[in-house]
Amino acid sequence: MTSQDNMSEEHLPEAVGPHGGAVAVHDDPFADPGLPPHEPRRTDIDERAAARAERQVARWFILSMIATVGFIASYVAIKPSNGDGTTGVIYIFTLGHISALNFALGTTLGISLFGIGAGAVHWARTLMSDEEHIAERHPIESTPEVRAQVFADFRQGAAESGFGRRKLIRNTMIGAMAMLPLSAIVLFRDLGPLPEKKLDTTDWSAGKQLINMNTNEPLQPSDITVGSLTFAMPPGLNPDDPNADPTFQEVIATSALLLVRMEPSDIKDAKSASWGYDGILAFSKICTHVGCPISLYEQQTHHVLCPCHQSTFDLSDGGRVIFGPAGHPLPQLQITVNADGNLAAVRDFTQPVGPGFWERS
Amino acid sequence: MSTHIADGAADAHEQLGHSEAGVHQAHAGEKAADWVDGRLGIYGLAKANLRKIFPDHWSFMLGEICLYSFIIIILTGVYLTLFFQPSMAEVVYHGSYTPLDGISMSEAYKSALDISFEVRGGLLIRQIHHWAAIVFVAAMLVHMMRVFFTGAFRKPREINWLFGFLLLFLGMFDGFMGYSLPDDLLSGTGIRFMEGAILSVPIVGSYIAMFLYGGPFPGDDIIPRFYTIHVLLIPGIMLGLLVAHLILVFYHKHTQFAGPGRTEKNVVGMPLMPVYMAKAGGFFFLVFGVIAFVSAIASVNPIWAYGPYRPDQVSTDAQPDWYMGFSEGLIRIMPGWEIRAWGHTLELGVFIPLVVFGGVMMVIAAYPFLEGWVTGDKREHHILDRPRNAPIRTAFGVAWIAEYIILLVAGGNDLFATHFHMSIDTITWACRILFFVGPVIAFTVTKRWCIGLQRKDRDKLLHGRESGTIKRLPHGEFVEVHVQLPQEERYRLTAHEQYAPVELPAEVDENGVKRKVKALDKLRAKLSQGYYGEAAQIPKPTAEEHAEITSGHGHH
Repeated sequence: MTSQDNMSEEHLPEAVGPHGGAVAVHDDPFADPGLPPHEPRRTDIDERAAARAERQVARWFILSMIATVGFIASYVAIKPSNGDGTTGVIYIFTLGHISALNFALGTTLGISLFGIGAGAVHWARTLMSDEEHIAERHPIESTPEVRAQVFADFRQGAAESGFGRRKLIRNTMIGAMAMLPLSAIVLFRDLGPLPEKKLDTTDWSAGKQLINMNTNEPLQPSDITVGSLTFAMPPGLNPDDPNADPTFQEVIATSALLLVRMEPSDIKDAKSASWGYDGILAFSKICTHVGCPISLYEQQTHHVLCPCHQSTFDLSDGGRVIFGPAGHPLPQLQITVNADGNLAAVRDFTQPVGPGFWERS
Repeated sequence: MSTHIADGAADAHEQLGHSEAGVHQAHAGEKAADWVDGRLGIYGLAKANLRKIFPDHWSFMLGEICLYSFIIIILTGVYLTLFFQPSMAEVVYHGSYTPLDGISMSEAYKSALDISFEVRGGLLIRQIHHWAAIVFVAAMLVHMMRVFFTGAFRKPREINWLFGFLLLFLGMFDGFMGYSLPDDLLSGTGIRFMEGAILSVPIVGSYIAMFLYGGPFPGDDIIPRFYTIHVLLIPGIMLGLLVAHLILVFYHKHTQFAGPGRTEKNVVGMPLMPVYMAKAGGFFFLVFGVIAFVSAIASVNPIWAYGPYRPDQVSTDAQPDWYMGFSEGLIRIMPGWEIRAWGHTLELGVFIPLVVFGGVMMVIAAYPFLEGWVTGDKREHHILDRPRNAPIRTAFGVAWIAEYIILLVAGGNDLFATHFHMSIDTITWACRILFFVGPVIAFTVTKRWCIGLQRKDRDKLLHGRESGTIKRLPHGEFVEVHVQLPQEERYRLTAHEQYAPVELPAEVDENGVKRKVKALDKLRAKLSQGYYGEAAQIPKPTAEEHAEITSGHGHH
């Protein structure tokens, strides 16, 4: 407070007084000359110009009416488009092939709205008075008398309530009011389960076969050629039949895999190579940044790029982050080949997949 | 009443309300108004407001665009709720959009497809809703810039500034939730990103994520929950804020630019009825009409092209709506940074952008209070500043916009890479550097620019404008004749106020005792020096200076 009290006043510019325009202009070259006299428009003095403006306004309103009729006619007459381009699609120059119904409804609605707006604005600009008026402002803050009265009323009310004097009432009331919201907070507990270990595990476990995402068949090492990128999922899921497994979305959100194969000599990380099978490596498809699925593979460098935020991982070096905002490497799933010759998991991921979180060790 | 009249006509007339007294002259409209006034007392309100004066300037309609696009969003949004099913239950699609026939998808996505393909005009309403949302946030941002750069946020309007800020903030989030609802591949990716961002919050992150999503991602709850928040909770709060915002605009009376006859104590313009009722009312239809037309010819968020959401699939070029772009940029330019210790992970690579995002927004909210503190000015301000006359404020605003644009570019770094054939690593690194350097450059350039414009004003005021007339003097010299600006222009260019910088009290007081100056006071003096010191403003010409120069018959 003191800083403002002792610093402010003399550094403020002069308060601007009310100017009525009667200021002695000769003394002060920068004085307010006051509101200039009103200049009439053509429509103010020429009745024919005014009548012309009236007809222009009416034309806008009539255009709007016609467009509304057009809207209803389009709604009734035009078939909706179906997506394969066989019905309801028209070619509009510069726009290409678009839905005829949407185009007709949108343009007619647009014109019927715009017509009302243009008519009203044109009316206001040409025919309504454009003479400027002056209204006085009044200070927002109350007069000292009102202020004093309010404070006195408040003090009287506070004194009569005994709020300040009866400490027991005051303290218990504050306590009750402070505790009450706890009930509301408690009510939100059943919004969802506790995290527990839910973020730590996936659907993978020892012996689960790797299922090709495209064919729904188990993958064999020979299915995966050097330089290719294959997506895999745990068995028992059917993306085409959601009733088969209602938890499909949750399972795939953690357990989606990307499989690559490289020459074993290209693999820089020895542990990573030993977790694969004959150069086939299985990594989590879920980006360790914020959980987007990673899908862009550069086979020459063995880099994968997340299309969402461009985190880039080197799959030949244990999924290490080489660029972008991700904080830790892509988790690798240890795989082997089972008795049927199919690729299978040795165990679940040894660390949580996806983005980092507080409990992640 | 008849007994009263029997008692004495004059006395009875006194006691009659206008509803009875005016009965002979009143036509139906007046009678209806009397009926309402008898119950609500509207005439007091109408007296103050029917002919309320509003000043005119093109930039004052930016706020109107916000208001009207909000109304359009509400109207079209209500229509969409009639058809949209906010459910994540899986169904198989057999609708008229043949490319997705037989694909399994959530009910939310299916109903959004049905709105686009089965409901006649449904696509149009959906696109108007989405375009209006895009326009709404853009208009709020530009409206806020207008208020910022003209100093309209100063006393008594700081609280209304905060209301506006909250509307912008809530509008952005409601937009995000809105485009998340169709549960298409693109929006699902946005929801997944949100989960990752929440998980990065220390200690409580995984709990919030579990509670919000009702279990492991994606669960069955997030779309219905977003729906309630999107259509009820946030719009309800926004409606309240909007009404409060408008009431304050009426109560404070509108600001105006300096000009002849316009002072801090008055407001000059045209009356609400009829001029602004027609202009503003008509403008609603213009805005609606233009948005409807845009929705007729320009597709927005073609969800059928993305397909249903699957957590293991994604499209390239994934982009949020433009107003979320700057937060996307923050996320993209942040280098990976994770601290692991004592069995815990601190995911700073995600958490820091989250905090900076809040900071970038909060700076807007806090600015009026910072400037009010530096100036120490407790007076009301109704005359708007020209941006050049507040160089530091203007420079600060432009620096903020520069930062915003840099982050928008960073948020689309993949698009810049593919469209301009540049390395995405280079773009990201450039944005990382510009994040720090860009605002500084923008600040410096803007400040210099403003001061240059102030010099130009001063020059024009003292020497007049160039007339284009060349005069040959008796001794052969050619000079261009300068003409004094008209009085109105001279007043307009000098109507602004110039603060003197705050000075600290002398280090020792009159008794030679060393004075203790609080660090905060020192900071304030320093900031004030930066705002209003010699290097930050060109003094307005005085009447004496003007007299001295003009007395020399027009040439120097």
